Amino acid sequence: MTGMPLLSLITYAPLVGVVGLLALRLMGKPDDARTLEAGKWIALLTTLATLALSVWLVVRFDPKVAAFQFPEDTPWFAGLHYRMGVDGISVLFVLLTAFLMPLCIAASWRSITTRVLEYLICFLLLEALVIGVFCALDIVLFYVFFEFGLVPMFLIIGIWGGARRVYAAFKFFLYTLLGSVLMLAAILFMISSAGTSSIPELMTHHFDPAVQTWLWLAFFASFAVKMPMWPVHTWLPDAHVEAPTAGSVILAGILLKMGGYGFMRFSLPMFPNASEMFTPLVFALSVIAVVYTSLVAFRQTDVKKLIAYSSVAHMGFVTMGIFSGNAVGEQGALFQMISHGVISGALFLCVGVVYDRMHTREIAFYGGLVKRMPWYAAVFMLFTMGNVGLPGTSGFVGEILTLTGTYGVSTWTAIIAATGVILSAVYALSLYRRVIFGQITNPKLSDINDLDWREVAIFAPLIASTLYLGLQPNFVFDLTGASVDQLVRVYQTAVGG
Amino acid sequence: MTFSADLAIAWPEMILAGSALLLLVVGAFAPRALMLVGGGAVLALAAAAVAAAIQPFGSAFADGLISDAGAVFAKVAIYAASAVAIPLGLGWFARQNVRNFEFPVLILLAALGMGMMVSSGDLISLYVGIELQSLALYVLAAMHRDNAKASEAGLKYFVLGALSSGLLLYGASLIYGFAGSTIFTDIAVAAKGGANTGLLFGLVFLICGIAFKVSAAPFHMWTPDVYEGAPTPVVAFFAAAPKLAAMVLFARVLANGFAGAADQWQQILIALAMISVLVGAFAGLVQKNLKRLWAYSSIANVGYAVLGLASGTSEGVQAMLVFMVLYMIDVTGFFACLTALSRQGRAMETLDDMAGLIRERPGLALAMTVFSLSALGLPPLSGFWAKFYVFKAALHAGLWGPAVIGLVGSVVAAFYYLRLIKSIWFDASPGATDKPPLEARTIALACAVFALPLVMIALTWLDPLATQAAHAFGLA
Repeated sequence: MTGMPLLSLITYAPLVGVVGLLALRLMGKPDDARTLEAGKWIALLTTLATLALSVWLVVRFDPKVAAFQFPEDTPWFAGLHYRMGVDGISVLFVLLTAFLMPLCIAASWRSITTRVLEYLICFLLLEALVIGVFCALDIVLFYVFFEFGLVPMFLIIGIWGGARRVYAAFKFFLYTLLGSVLMLAAILFMISSAGTSSIPELMTHHFDPAVQTWLWLAFFASFAVKMPMWPVHTWLPDAHVEAPTAGSVILAGILLKMGGYGFMRFSLPMFPNASEMFTPLVFALSVIAVVYTSLVAFRQTDVKKLIAYSSVAHMGFVTMGIFSGNAVGEQGALFQMISHGVISGALFLCVGVVYDRMHTREIAFYGGLVKRMPWYAAVFMLFTMGNVGLPGTSGFVGEILTLTGTYGVSTWTAIIAATGVILSAVYALSLYRRVIFGQITNPKLSDINDLDWREVAIFAPLIASTLYLGLQPNFVFDLTGASVDQLVRVYQTAVGG
Repeated sequence: MTFSADLAIAWPEMILAGSALLLLVVGAFAPRALMLVGGGAVLALAAAAVAAAIQPFGSAFADGLISDAGAVFAKVAIYAASAVAIPLGLGWFARQNVRNFEFPVLILLAALGMGMMVSSGDLISLYVGIELQSLALYVLAAMHRDNAKASEAGLKYFVLGALSSGLLLYGASLIYGFAGSTIFTDIAVAAKGGANTGLLFGLVFLICGIAFKVSAAPFHMWTPDVYEGAPTPVVAFFAAAPKLAAMVLFARVLANGFAGAADQWQQILIALAMISVLVGAFAGLVQKNLKRLWAYSSIANVGYAVLGLASGTSEGVQAMLVFMVLYMIDVTGFFACLTALSRQGRAMETLDDMAGLIRERPGLALAMTVFSLSALGLPPLSGFWAKFYVFKAALHAGLWGPAVIGLVGSVVAAFYYLRLIKSIWFDASPGATDKPPLEARTIALACAVFALPLVMIALTWLDPLATQAAHAFGLA
């Protein structure tokens, strides 16, 4: 126990910025250039401060301890508690969130021109909620953070999105809401049957296997939509395409991870028997996701849609790894989520760079960009390779580990999923070829400019982390090791493996 | 029990009745002194709330009037909601150039009736309470005399209300015939181990009558029309407090009078709850007028409250009480927003009117967003906690089927709340709005602040109070 509630501090730090921006919005002239500039700096500094706190959290985090650290526990009402804490599984997601947020703010610096302060408020609010999801140790508190995150995202897509933004925002909201209300029913049932809402206590509570099946399905409904898994992934391409660049980064980089996190935090430890029973289902859906959405991605004409489908495929590896139930698969899934957060975020930023200049995402519009934008071509190349899973980038580690982990459990699943590695090369490289190589045939591209210093500053940390994670994956494994081992031990004991 | 001891329990009622008569006289001689009459009415309500809170528990007038934790809880909430309605309505009527001092007096009389409803211990005081409240409400609905729609709403409300009173009385007479008494505790003896056919018939009629009053489907037909036609601040009043009063009365009848027949009325309540939730969710989808929309939303919400009651446990009653109090604050706030908004003197009542409101009136737009999200049941807003209690109680009582249907209904309803948010946030504004009046704006913002951050603190003391209140109803 420490005297200072570090986790609450990190969670609510962005809200300080929200208050500042609200004050700015209500006091000053909301559309004044200087007000906007001040607002952007407030947002950027707030996210940077949150990042600093999260780095401090990771430094102080003891990787040898499997239990939850930095606990906070205050009684609330109706038997609920305000409980926070992180273990090796969640601490990395906190860092990832805090890492991507300043980049999102910086990426929106020029591209967002309408209702800027509201936009920044939405992002900071979202950051607080997402960090809250990963830190909450009370199941209702978790649900509060998990659900309320829909609102800022709904507004981000609906206000600052593209042409069909309203449709996409509604689809996003209603899809995920339907999944979550079923989870709410399960949560309420668990509270009343286990008599506690504490996540650590629920993890040790043994639910009757017959009940587990229903609870597992209810949680699955929510997390599978969030993840998203085939066939409930259809909201994702729409949401991505219509969202502004930074919105896509957050969506792909962080929000999707809440599904995977949920599987590891709830489904596996709380309903191990049901998890084992449904493993074939999850494997089947994962394999379909990997192969089918890779093929779909290949046929896309819209850059963002292509990357969105590739996200679904990559998440297929994650679900496969999680339900393999062994340490290698879990580590791989965790790593894949972190790595995908960085790489897909970076890819959406790459799209944003040319979208800001040309205002179209049609692949056919581009071609030959390497002539005018050599630096951009290099950066895009690196992240394309990361997406393909080239050894040396972080994408490789996650894929190989999830495949290895799954191979021992279901050989065929691993073999079919492995084709996804090739398919990802097919669509990613062909995208790269069509956008970057060839001759500039479109006259509108003849005076497009290369990256400016702001964009370089955004990409630099992403490049560094992709390479660092690819070459030094132990950074992740050291942090997660103890918690993952415990998770696997509990799971294997419960299913008698 | 002596008469003076009886009177000691009836202090809130005496205060309200006395001040209503007094203010009527004041108004008759000084019809312009609206502030005086309104202020007096608010003071009377505050005094009645204090009297209710400090009076001894017990029963008076041969068990006709009960004072227990449940009655006190409901009374304080009802009086507070009534007090809020007075400035809201006076301001609105003044802007319409309707100067009627009867408005605060009628609110007092309605509050008196509602107070009697929640404390009623037999069928007679139940009926007297309901009628006193209803008659005041009929007049309130038609108060905007020169407005054809308001008159129509009042008349509709009256005719349908009279029908429901007829049903209720018929049920009461059957119950009296088969139980041999009008007092709930005596009825409970007759209904021990299950109600016989005659009692059950009476009970069904009684439930139908009360379902009319709380506007649970399939007895909801009057709600959208009356909400649409009646003056907005009046809707803010009768969408809130009377619903709570009728729900507490509902609990009172079922728990005190028919606890032995719980298995029988549980089935009826589940059906009522499910039909209400689904009707509220699906019929709301096609509404363009916000007052109608919120009427359907209130039908769905009453469905959730009835679901809490259907659990048949003390936990269920507690859930219903928390639900109704939180819902009351939401709905008052929402209609306060509507009262506050106008464009060139014309009330803004449709979805399209709200377009671009966030640019025009950020404070009120934010408040409306909060109320919509809260009604949608999104955590951590008050509407979520309200549903949280209800579904927890329902699941604990084993009603998982109805609970899941209720939750799915809330996703359907989410669509129309989102559409309102879409109008407010995404669309372009058609023109400038008038400056919102201070009192409506203050009430709306105060309710919104309660619905988002404050509720999380408020529940820490509301929860034990509601638990105590629920225990008073004596269910397991």
